[in-house]
Amino acid sequence: MSADSIRVTLPATRDNLSALEAGQPVLLSGIVYTARDATHASIAGALEAAGALPFELAGQALFYAGPTPPAAGRPIGSVGPTTAKRMDAWTPALLDAGITATIGKGARSEAVREACVRTGAVYFAAVGGSAALLATHVLTAETVAWPELGTEALVRMELIDFPAFVAIDAAGRDLYAMAPAEWKVAR
Amino acid sequence: MPRVEAIALAVEAAVAEAAVTLRPDVLSAMRAALGKESSERGRAVLGQLLENAQIASRDAVPLCQDTGTVWVWVELGAQECLPSDLHAAIDAAVARAYRENALRMSVVRDALFDRTNTGDNTPAFVDITLRPGSGATVHVMLKGGGSDNASLVAMLDPSAGEDGVVETVVRAVEAKASGACPPLVIGVGVGGTFDSVAKLAKKALLIPLDERTPEKRRRALEDRLLTAVNATGIGPAGLGGLTTALGVRVVSAPCHIAALPVAVNLGCSALRTVTVEVG
Ligand code: SF4
Repeated sequence: MSADSIRVTLPATRDNLSALEAGQPVLLSGIVYTARDATHASIAGALEAAGALPFELAGQALFYAGPTPPAAGRPIGSVGPTTAKRMDAWTPALLDAGITATIGKGARSEAVREACVRTGAVYFAAVGGSAALLATHVLTAETVAWPELGTEALVRMELIDFPAFVAIDAAGRDLYAMAPAEWKVAR
Repeated sequence: MPRVEAIALAVEAAVAEAAVTLRPDVLSAMRAALGKESSERGRAVLGQLLENAQIASRDAVPLCQDTGTVWVWVELGAQECLPSDLHAAIDAAVARAYRENALRMSVVRDALFDRTNTGDNTPAFVDITLRPGSGATVHVMLKGGGSDNASLVAMLDPSAGEDGVVETVVRAVEAKASGACPPLVIGVGVGGTFDSVAKLAKKALLIPLDERTPEKRRRALEDRLLTAVNATGIGPAGLGGLTTALGVRVVSAPCHIAALPVAVNLGCSALRTVTVEVG
């Protein structure tokens, strides 16, 4: 990752995230919670039933990922981002309820972009298919809930210098929308 | 040894190898792409993917956490006879390989009515076909969900021709490539029937990138498709750049006088296939 990467500590307050700009490379350190499709359905169910996010997730970051089992002496073998679009149906409500950052891969809906602006949240993109490398940036992994979901369980992970890019910033700039056009112009 | 066991052992070994090893032709194509990539972010992504391949093979950990569904295509020599249940033997081999290599279990019991994880990554998706001679050629692919989700089948009018095929492929890429982990390898199937065209596209992903067809028109279409896809600017990881795809392979077949079926199967940066001969 390039030398000018910005270090971001998670969980981050919306104030901490407000200066980030779409396209910037970042190194993420601190706590994230993994959540995929089935996890989102469970979180959304708990939110609806209780009126608040379960497991004190307010203020936290969600990492769209389903890791492989431990390997090579590390807490997990491989872990990388899954396609964020599949979580779009739930994301605006989760951002409204207090999630401040999400980590995944791929373009997202207009509703998610608007929710980032409305709530000051940021969407980070990690490089899909680089999960062996990304796993070397995971210090600990501990299942918090729904172990019966297997790889879709809610897992609390501690990251160190985990490489990513700012994909949607709190001002609503969307790297996936901007980048192809910028490349064509630069060419 | 009975042949069923030999095939099952080959499947087990192929799953273990594919999960942690980037295909050599894909690795070479990725290295070459790094030299040509004009986007700084694109170069950073390609560099990260190359480093990832090194770490995966060094530490024997999966290239990608999505270790996929397993597609097994057995081309069986017509002289062989199989005394026992090859499907059951392959499922058992896949279950062993996933458990013993700490791979991810990513299969649910039913798409709609029971999304409970089967717990051993079975069933495998198996095709058995006959070819002349003896022995068997066994192809194994671990197919990631992100890239399979970005694939499509389109039934074009024959008048759409090659232009229609190019438009269909570019449309598929522009719609969903950012979630399919570019740089892509794109398998294109043309012809057959609604159900069989998708299999042609999948088989196209087995063709090595450093192997070109001697057929001029097919080669020209593959080159035209690659140029069109790489003009989109989607780039590595969808974050902008030249290298949206490393290569395109086209497999075509006979079809109905009224038809021009087209299938696009996107292979991701972690394209994992192994082909072995079982004697
Ligand atoms: S699309 Fe491929 S590289 Fe991307 S997460 Fe899925 S399996 Fe991994």
